[in-house]
Amino acid sequence: MKILTANRLSDGIAVWYADGGWAEAVGQADLAHDKAAEDRLEAIGAKAYADNEVVDVNLIDADIVDGVVEPVRLREKIRAAGPTIRGDLGKQAEQAA
Amino acid sequence: MYRYDEFDHDFVQARVAEFSDQVQRRLSGEITEDQFRPLRLMNGVYLQLHAYMLRIAVPYGTLNSKQLRMLGHIARKYDKGYGHFTTRQNIQFNWPALSDIPAILADLASVEMHAIQTSGNCIRNVTADHFAGAAADEVADPRPYAEILRQWSSVHPEFSFLPRKFKIAVTGAERDRAAIQTHDIGLHLKKNAAGELGFAVYIGGGQGRTPMVARKIRDFLPEADLLSYCTAILRVYNLYGRRDNKYKARIKILVHETGVEEITRQVEAEWQELKDAELKLPDADIRAIEAYFAPPELTGRPDGDEAVKLARLDSKGFSEWLDQNVVTHRHPDYAAVTISLKGIGEVPGDASDSQMEAVADIAEKYAFDELRVSHEQNLILPHVARADLKAVYDALVDIELATANSNLISDIISCPGLDYCALATARSIPIAQEISRRFASLERQREIGELKLKISGCINACGHHHVGHIGILGVEKKGSELYQVTLGGSADENTSVGEIIGRGFSSEEITDAIEQIVDTYLGLRLNPQEKFIDAYRRVGPAPFKEALYAGEAKAA
Repeated sequence: MKILTANRLSDGIAVWYADGGWAEAVGQADLAHDKAAEDRLEAIGAKAYADNEVVDVNLIDADIVDGVVEPVRLREKIRAAGPTIRGDLGKQAEQAA
Repeated sequence: MYRYDEFDHDFVQARVAEFSDQVQRRLSGEITEDQFRPLRLMNGVYLQLHAYMLRIAVPYGTLNSKQLRMLGHIARKYDKGYGHFTTRQNIQFNWPALSDIPAILADLASVEMHAIQTSGNCIRNVTADHFAGAAADEVADPRPYAEILRQWSSVHPEFSFLPRKFKIAVTGAERDRAAIQTHDIGLHLKKNAAGELGFAVYIGGGQGRTPMVARKIRDFLPEADLLSYCTAILRVYNLYGRRDNKYKARIKILVHETGVEEITRQVEAEWQELKDAELKLPDADIRAIEAYFAPPELTGRPDGDEAVKLARLDSKGFSEWLDQNVVTHRHPDYAAVTISLKGIGEVPGDASDSQMEAVADIAEKYAFDELRVSHEQNLILPHVARADLKAVYDALVDIELATANSNLISDIISCPGLDYCALATARSIPIAQEISRRFASLERQREIGELKLKISGCINACGHHHVGHIGILGVEKKGSELYQVTLGGSADENTSVGEIIGRGFSSEEITDAIEQIVDTYLGLRLNPQEKFIDAYRRVGPAPFKEALYAGEAKAA
């Protein structure tokens, strides 16, 4: 399964495409289960890039863990949570708050 | 220290205005990311995993308290309350919004700082010995030459689009604390038999995926010829350096492929055309720049010896810190102090906004307003009266920056790694933290003695692992982090590239492996004075391989 991720142009914050917009958390990201859905996400990413909403757009591997979407690769897990050495920073801090 | 003249002020202000306009046009969608990326990189703005990153130049690592206070202010106002000091003697902020960067650059310009040429295929921040101007063993302060190189290389039209980035370092002492042989150009300031100043010139050093030790191409270059000779080197590189393959584009590859004799011939031939023209440095100009770096007036403070003696008796902590983090100054009543940014279990090179402000206050009160950033990711107070050392120590204790571990195993260089960096393949900071905690006992660290441990989170080697006595390289293998160990690297006047010792270790195994290496060294050293690197050079890798892998061979 794939999800669409990028960084927001204005502040660089990592975002994931979810429910028609760019969410600041990965948990509810739109999942592509097949090639057609991947193509649809890719097209959305390309348009958002062209519209200068986001940069560094990527389709990445994801799974559903305990009912929420979770990236597969460590790099993407760290993007989704924040630095592993600073639990007080990044998404993990916002979610804990 | 150097003060901006009118030209410098205008230049930096003009750049702030120019980049502010570029940011506005980017945010409004007038220019695309493809158009903007090279512009932001020329101004030190990267995109990392979580956010943008801004890298700010600290020329030759020299700061005053006003500047450090401003860095603290930026950390608090625009970032998340901390900054990361780097191996290029710069500082990075990990969380700035693109929309705030014009304001940050304006704040920086108000204290004569900027982020120009901290990225891109140009000449980067020129680094220097962090004890420059204070060291007892230097022939002269190398920073005036670093400043001359800065002025010459800033937006140099011919050298703004080189095949790849280009790094220069200068030392003024025989004992190399600036790692000059790992640089594209390394300059060793020295005196000839006639007592004149000049440079031994090294080229083609570097780390990354193809580590190489620089080759000396000239034993003595008169100081007046600094710019003409560097221009000749850069011209040869710019003309013949490879642009077809990013990984083969550094000058080290050109030196290697061309051969040092031939490239020396090319450089010398180019130089013959340049040496007597307008790049020859007039003596008056060198001396004028040198005057900016005139040391503070160090009045006699003969009360220092007695004060230090009494304070030693009074405080074990002070005594240990004195032994480890305080070095001899050329003036007997003074000392140079290393402020370790490597507290046990802390992130190497990170300092909080309030720590930066407090260190600035200490520098202002006790250190003639002078500070340095070392390439080993620590801060330095170059001139402190010995009589004031206890007061400085107490002030550092208050802000938790009095760890007495300079040059010991927990004084680790570490890149940001996969916790921040978009290029990284593995985390490096957590490994540094775990090793630091494992060796937390100062008594044990001092028993081990000088040991330079350096960690990179990818093959680009920002954590200088190739030249660590013990180097650790984090890679990704089958989706997991794997740590490869090199031994025998060194970045001083006897620079060497470490050798891979064997198969890598998982994140759970790596600290045990390091401990095993250290224990092996302790078991085989001739005496406590034989440092790790000397013991390794004497015995080679075999005993370490045996200790790490013998069990496996038997099992197999």
